[in-house]
Amino acid sequence: MLAYLARRLLLAVITLWAITVVTFIILQLPPGDFVDAYVAQASAMGSAISAAEAAALRHAYGLDQSYLVQYMKWLNLIMHGQFGESFEYSRPVTEVIGDRLWLTILLSFAAIIVTWVLALPIGIYSAVRQYSTGDYVFTFIGFIGLAVPSFLLALIVMYLGLRLFNVNLGGLFSAQYQLAPWSWGKLLDLMKHLPVPMLILALPGIAQLVRIMRANLLDELRRPYVVTARARGLAEHRVILKYPVRAALNPFASTIGYLLPYTVSGSIIISVVLSLPTVGPLLLHSLISQDMLLGSTIILLLGFLTVIGTLLSDLLLMWIDPRIRAGQLR
Amino acid sequence: MSATALDAATPPLVTEAETRVAVATQRQLIWWRFRKHRLAVVSGIIVLVFYAVAAFADFIAYAEPFDTEASRSYIPPQPIHWFDAQGHFHPQVYALKGKRDLRTFKLSYAPDPSEPRDLALFAHGFRYRLFGLFPTDIHLLGVSNGRATDALFLFGTDQLGRDVFSRLVLATRTSLTIGLVGVTLSLVLGVLLGGISGLLGGWVDTIVQRIIEILRSIPTIPLWMGLAAAIPTSWSPEQVYFAITVIISLIGWTELARVVRGRFLALREEDFITAAVLAGASHMRIIFKHMVPSFLSHIIAAISLALPAMIISETTLSFLGLGLRPPAISWGVMLQDAQNLETLALAPWLLVAAVPVIIVILAFNFLGDGLRDAADPYG
Repeated sequence: MLAYLARRLLLAVITLWAITVVTFIILQLPPGDFVDAYVAQASAMGSAISAAEAAALRHAYGLDQSYLVQYMKWLNLIMHGQFGESFEYSRPVTEVIGDRLWLTILLSFAAIIVTWVLALPIGIYSAVRQYSTGDYVFTFIGFIGLAVPSFLLALIVMYLGLRLFNVNLGGLFSAQYQLAPWSWGKLLDLMKHLPVPMLILALPGIAQLVRIMRANLLDELRRPYVVTARARGLAEHRVILKYPVRAALNPFASTIGYLLPYTVSGSIIISVVLSLPTVGPLLLHSLISQDMLLGSTIILLLGFLTVIGTLLSDLLLMWIDPRIRAGQLR
Repeated sequence: MSATALDAATPPLVTEAETRVAVATQRQLIWWRFRKHRLAVVSGIIVLVFYAVAAFADFIAYAEPFDTEASRSYIPPQPIHWFDAQGHFHPQVYALKGKRDLRTFKLSYAPDPSEPRDLALFAHGFRYRLFGLFPTDIHLLGVSNGRATDALFLFGTDQLGRDVFSRLVLATRTSLTIGLVGVTLSLVLGVLLGGISGLLGGWVDTIVQRIIEILRSIPTIPLWMGLAAAIPTSWSPEQVYFAITVIISLIGWTELARVVRGRFLALREEDFITAAVLAGASHMRIIFKHMVPSFLSHIIAAISLALPAMIISETTLSFLGLGLRPPAISWGVMLQDAQNLETLALAPWLLVAAVPVIIVILAFNFLGDGLRDAADPYG
């Protein structure tokens, strides 16, 4: 068990390092740097910046040094929790991101909870009542969740909301709370706005997990031990919940690790469509305007949180599956 | 009792159907199994139809997809009138009269029944090259009196007055081929790395497996957004197309590598492989004569399950403005026009590009499911 834990931790650390490298490379890829963009912007506004001034700016931001030096400097700062200053906003990156990161986490976390809470009973229901009307209904909803890209789902839901109920489903806050400091009213307002994006975000995951749960449980229900349990006169809910569901739960738990990156990715996209105040729209904007430190920090933080979340789900798996605890698997 | 009477009384040990199965080739078995999966067969036909549309896109489109015209901005879809004023079957469309509301300055259009245009099959339209080879101007649909671009608006027009139907047909070509090229690239990566991993085992296997694990535990969309944003704006549409294909194929290869490795590992232990080894067959012969035929079907199934993911990736990236850019047309590029609520309220028909996306993704999923079940016909 300790070996398994150590292996997981080591893998997480390597993954974190890989994320820093890939992030840094990606944000160095676009031709030209921030100073080029800044000069172009200034000349578009009518004020010229000389080559000497541009060079001085580059030097001030350390953009004239080699990539390795820039990377090491950046890594060193991150280690100390300093993510630097956004070029575009001239404010610390963490300040620009602000509440957005927590709202992203809240949204993703809520979506994952909803995924579990809905997928588990629906999966069990669909397997136990195979080929019933309910099973077909859920299978149909599942196919929608599978086939409709999340941005499209968000777009269609928003359109229907406008068309049928004449409400704008975008955003996470009402207008009067948008810039207000945190209060009970604001929290309540958030809770009112959360369900729609949360469900949109959760739907693909639910579709996938219901499919897995249904298939696994159907396999288990055909086993002889289920017949034995029934023959011994156990109550039906006990027969199903006590043994086959627990056995079917294992592959279910192991997909959780992939559910998290998937959900975080999805939150970026639907946030752009629904204009939610998460890091999504900010990331898109920073990538387009080549605000390197801001973009890289967002990608990095998302990656970090995902890796930590995955690690937690692995611990959960260990708790569920005694074979891993006993060190028999892997 | 004679021997013949006994023969007649007991049913034959092997029925005719069983004999048929016993002597059938693997191909036949796979086909029989696949045929039983009705939904997969229907999906396969739908996929073929879509690729046919992609191949004949210029022929099916009736209007030049880049032809902009301010006075045709945001025309709603116009119905075909199947019967003329006398009640005879005579498909026609009415010419449109545009009028600007002087209060809101919004252009509104009214069909003019006094000016019917007759629909015609194989009509003349804009010039193009069929399959990029044969210059022609014959199109599937057109109007016989007047120009199709002035009267025929099956799915309406967008802001720049371009015909949505014609653009949708050409977008089908881009979106479907980008999926195919992407899946080919990730197949090369997947077979190479998965094959090496499964064949060599040991530390090579461990490293490849860990790389896959790492790649799968990172949220990919932000990373692909970063990569796509790095594509220089000065690149030509063809270069962007290629770059996007490479980027999305980086998503697909891990799953394919997993499948290939799994098959390699499973097959290595099979009796018929051991038999081939004992019979003195060479490595190459074992791989290409014995292993590849038995996992080819699995690979094909994995491909048809990977394709929808590719199509979603391209559509998503293009929708965000980081993928293909105009003048290239893809489903994602078209959906980008429908990005905000104002446009949706004004021109909801722009969402029509969502329909082929959903149909194709569903069809590929069902087809893949059917193929996966059929890939192992002995199970």
